[in-house]
Amino acid sequence: MLWEIDIQPRESEPNLLAQRVITEATELGIQENLTVDATRGYLIQGELTPEEIQLITETLLYDSVVETVQVGKPNEDHLLKSPSGNESQLVYVLAKPGVMDPVAQSTHEAIARHSISVDEVRTLRKYWFEGIDQATIEKIAQKILANDAIEQVYYGSLPFQQLDLGKDYQFEKLTVSLSGLSDEALMEMSLKQQLYLQLAEMQTIQKKFDELGRDPTDIELETIAQTWSEHCSHKTLAGRIHYQDEKGERQFENMLKETIFAATQQIRKAKGEKDWCVSVFEDNAGIVRFDEENDVVFKVETHNHPSAIEPYGGANTGLGGVIRDPLGTGLGAKPVCNTDVFCFADPSTAADSLPTGVLHPKRVLQGVVAGVRDYGNRMGIPTVNGAVYFDKRFLGNPLVYCGNVGIIPRDKTKKKVHPGDLIVAIGGKTGRDGIHGATFSSAELTEESETISGGAVQIGNAITEKMVLDVLLQARDQNLYNAVTDCGAGGFSSAVGEMGEKLGAEVWLDKVPLKYEGLNYTEIWISEAQERMVLSVSEEQWSKLKDLCSSENVDATVIGKFVDTGKLTLNYEDKLVGELEMSFLHDGRPPVIRDAVYQPAEIKPWSLPQTSHVEYSTILKALLSSLNIASKEWIIRQYDHEVQGGSVIKPLVGVVDDGPSDAAVVRPRLDSRKGLVISCGMNPNYGDYDPFDMAASAIDEAIRNNVAVGGDPEKIAILDNFCWGNTEKPETLGTLVRAALACQQMAIAFQTPFISGKDSLNNEFRYKKEDGTDETIAIPSTLLISAMGQVEDVADCVTMDLKAPGNFIYQVGLTKEEMGGSHFNQLFNLDAGQVPQVDPSLAKRTFMMLHRAIKAGSVASCHDLSEGGLAVALAEMAFAGGLGVRAFLAQCPHAISTPEEETQLSGENDKYNDQGYDGEGLPAIANREDAACLLMFSESNSRFLCEVPPDQTEAFEKQMEEVPHALIGEVVDHGMLEIVGLPHLYSALPEDHWEEPMSPVLIRTPLEELKAAWQKPLKFN
Amino acid sequence: MAQPRVLILRAPGSNCDQETAFAFEKAGGAATVWHINRLLESPQSLDDFQILCVPGGFSYGDDIAAGKIFADQFQLRLKDALFKFRSQQKLILGVCNGFQVLLKAGLFQDAQDSTPPDTTLTWNENGLYEDRWVHLRVDPGPSVWLQGLERLELPIAHAEGKFVAKEPSAIHRLFSRSQAVLRYTSPHKIQTGKLKSDPEVQALNEGNLDFPFTPLPYPSNPNGSQGDIAGLCDPSGTVLGLMPHPERYIDFTHHPRWTRMPNHRKGEGLKIFHNGVEAFH
Repeated sequence: MLWEIDIQPRESEPNLLAQRVITEATELGIQENLTVDATRGYLIQGELTPEEIQLITETLLYDSVVETVQVGKPNEDHLLKSPSGNESQLVYVLAKPGVMDPVAQSTHEAIARHSISVDEVRTLRKYWFEGIDQATIEKIAQKILANDAIEQVYYGSLPFQQLDLGKDYQFEKLTVSLSGLSDEALMEMSLKQQLYLQLAEMQTIQKKFDELGRDPTDIELETIAQTWSEHCSHKTLAGRIHYQDEKGERQFENMLKETIFAATQQIRKAKGEKDWCVSVFEDNAGIVRFDEENDVVFKVETHNHPSAIEPYGGANTGLGGVIRDPLGTGLGAKPVCNTDVFCFADPSTAADSLPTGVLHPKRVLQGVVAGVRDYGNRMGIPTVNGAVYFDKRFLGNPLVYCGNVGIIPRDKTKKKVHPGDLIVAIGGKTGRDGIHGATFSSAELTEESETISGGAVQIGNAITEKMVLDVLLQARDQNLYNAVTDCGAGGFSSAVGEMGEKLGAEVWLDKVPLKYEGLNYTEIWISEAQERMVLSVSEEQWSKLKDLCSSENVDATVIGKFVDTGKLTLNYEDKLVGELEMSFLHDGRPPVIRDAVYQPAEIKPWSLPQTSHVEYSTILKALLSSLNIASKEWIIRQYDHEVQGGSVIKPLVGVVDDGPSDAAVVRPRLDSRKGLVISCGMNPNYGDYDPFDMAASAIDEAIRNNVAVGGDPEKIAILDNFCWGNTEKPETLGTLVRAALACQQMAIAFQTPFISGKDSLNNEFRYKKEDGTDETIAIPSTLLISAMGQVEDVADCVTMDLKAPGNFIYQVGLTKEEMGGSHFNQLFNLDAGQVPQVDPSLAKRTFMMLHRAIKAGSVASCHDLSEGGLAVALAEMAFAGGLGVRAFLAQCPHAISTPEEETQLSGENDKYNDQGYDGEGLPAIANREDAACLLMFSESNSRFLCEVPPDQTEAFEKQMEEVPHALIGEVVDHGMLEIVGLPHLYSALPEDHWEEPMSPVLIRTPLEELKAAWQKPLKFN
Repeated sequence: MAQPRVLILRAPGSNCDQETAFAFEKAGGAATVWHINRLLESPQSLDDFQILCVPGGFSYGDDIAAGKIFADQFQLRLKDALFKFRSQQKLILGVCNGFQVLLKAGLFQDAQDSTPPDTTLTWNENGLYEDRWVHLRVDPGPSVWLQGLERLELPIAHAEGKFVAKEPSAIHRLFSRSQAVLRYTSPHKIQTGKLKSDPEVQALNEGNLDFPFTPLPYPSNPNGSQGDIAGLCDPSGTVLGLMPHPERYIDFTHHPRWTRMPNHRKGEGLKIFHNGVEAFH
């Protein structure tokens, strides 16, 4: 028997479900002033008496203080009628069968505790629309109410009498005939069965089975496809590449190994005794030394393709997945904080301009944020650092990077699988969710992806993962297992395959606990159902582990055994369904050989745009309102950034807690003063100019942000995450190699090791335009650099908000003519100018000196100069501190050439304090019409603003003497940002804009105006 | 007396247990963290403890409603043990999710009162989870936990923290019994010294205030709670439930503006844990 229980807020309470629909329908331009009512509810199936349903409803399901309830059988009149009683049309939304429904699961278990047995529970939402036509309702259903990939919509009434519980599975062993297939047929199979293997790979498999004299079974073919997928094997970047650029040709046998890994090896060797790396590019996350007892681990992953199709689920499981990386590193690290970085198209994109199959970017943004929020917050891991970038090329293919930092005792960083160990799966049960996730993530997205790969989309259940975390760390400390890894892309296939790589494994697929009946053995093997870990457990450890897990209601099941056979043997109910040599699986893949070509883009000379003769204050406000720069407070506040009690520097700082912090600081051990500093750097705009400079800038920015709050530049470890387009195109791969070469050079120059990384390729979206032609949008090449620094005593940290009137403001570092890729350029639609470059030796020296000054207590506040340049950074420091600023461009250290002498001053020049001045004491660059603009808006790297109290200026200047720096202004209490320009430019300005003696005031704007411009764009309801 | 023993009771999804235990330890208690299954096996083992704390988090995912399933476990299986514990003048603290659990389990009512609670904690007015620091005025009343405190600054981090009563009379009752011990206030009221001379409080004391009075605007009152209520005590003063997290302000570097403060203050939240522990000295 099926019962329906509908729950609605009482009249005095807001109906949040209905409100969301009204807001979104207006924002998407579908319908204004909708009249809609909404309830949430439960479907409960089982032999229940009306009294039992009543009891469950009243004691468990609804809260009489704020809610009203309706109970009945589905489609009974009183359940169909709108709560308002008005004429209306009803829409139901339910999760599709098999999609994770955490609330239903918890409710099922909670009812069982009342000694009432039910067969199945599902949740539903109902919406009643008044006064609009069916077509509009369907549009609203499709765009707002439900996502086809995971949810089912019903109009008018529910078309079923009972819930589908899955059907029994009849075992049938399937083989796939490859022998004699033509190349075309092989490729067709690769695509059709979602293997996404290349021809050479299909041919290798064909040949292998010809040698064996048999056809592969379906599970064997799938196992190979998962293991050889780009997602799992990184065959492109770790493959052979023939690279050609303006300097010549180069042949890589393993591109990653010869660039990024090589840099780390070189740094470790140079550090010798002082090497603080523990494990790099080996385990699920990189590990470095933290203190006498503990190491720390860090990993960042992407979950782009699932997030494009189902933003909530994609981001949700993206974070859930990356949390399992530290958990599966060594013998398991305790997660201590999360990071997240997103790339979207403009959320105000017109809804009717979207290609078919593309979700609206605002919906993507909101879904992604909610997905990360719900997983991170529930896991009790603070989300402390991140960034959001916008570019229209992220439209069909948003990027979602999630990271996790963990702490691990030093004696738990190694694992070893022993022959005879049991293969134990713990955590979530296995369902059909996420099948083909690994291969799908390695394919290009198309407008049909949603239909083809719907199965690859999942919803997470954070509480299941939290339960796994709770028992795993206890089991680790009690030595109840020998090795652990996470079940991620590729499911058991990858996890068991990797753990047993050197040994061999035998798996009993029928033992795997299932969410519902009906899965075949291959589905069980490759399902990417979330929240599962795989352990290697000796017979003696097993009984204790089993007891520990059951004491906290965590499923733990023996699903096989690691055996010293060198083979992967797959059984279902004692029948052999697959047998592969580990060596073929892991080393049998034919090398991918790719061409990569890089042709430097021509640098167009930059000149002041005519349209820029608007007031500088208007330009500054427009920059503050540009999406990359604008406040992300709406997102940040939805994340718990303080759970675990180690928060030191929060993502929002300042006198009213709303300024943009450069980095986050947490204490992973509450009984210690030592902190971790988490920051990131990314500049997708720069890649269009030169991917080398983009990568170098991202590294500089990540370190810069870290140092700005107090991170020790000698103790920073970094991660790379490459998100690129289709690297089968030599030009696309060329840009990637060029970025990797920059990573290698910069890491060595900064002595900052890469400890882990990941790539996501094929980030392109293909669709048919209205005229029927194919169109492909490739994302801008996007390299995220994440940095994990350390600080000995967190009390030494500083924030970016101005502290006190009367303090002085210094610019550290040189401003150069580097407008390429700047936000100023974007504002005026310019594509000219040199993109910011990095002078690594000067940058390194700057970071070291500044760190010394911060540690000595000479710096009251510090902010890095990045997006938007000097003017934006000054504005942010001012409104975060609630204090005004008067700054003088004539004082800014720079390397801008003058018309008279075209020579650029080098970074090695030691006359930094007065460089660039002519004999009269006036800056020579004042002769340039564009000088003020360059000084205010150029985005040159390795620069900071520091606020220094008067009694510290002497000490500060001494500490900074080896790097360019100058006193450029002061903190005042008049509540305005004032920027005084160069003496040459006053002629165009009215008289009252002149500052003594003869310099024009370019900007004099109240802080409230600046702050409002900065806060408005991304403040959603 | 020896160190009082503190039981931090966690359920699947509780996630502030470690730092809450740390705060009790720092305040001089001896804290132990147990999974609820362990207490369900032997409810009488509560006798071994002087303080029970339900920490923050998302017990059972906050599925159905925040704290509801954990509270249901209390009512089904632990009710007698808990009311016995309370009647022995032992102390109970619920933070955030813990407050939601205690309220929904009826622990702010008299033992003999078996009606469903007439107040609840529900969705924030804006429907969003939010992490932010708030200013609180403290009217300790009978609360053992809050003695000596007048004001506090602490962070909230919740989606369902709006305190709502079924009828205005319920709020009135809480005020008249001095149970509304923690209320959101504005920095302005603190700066201008209006905490003591607050007209609302005067009206309350004189019994002249109509309920529900208009809550302070967002973000001073971050979730729209009626009566600006952020925390409650039971009539005896031994049970305290609060939405803000005192365990997140036990070190000076926890404060969001510590880099603006010339003298590093002690974490204000620690006082609550001290009060709890001191009660047994």
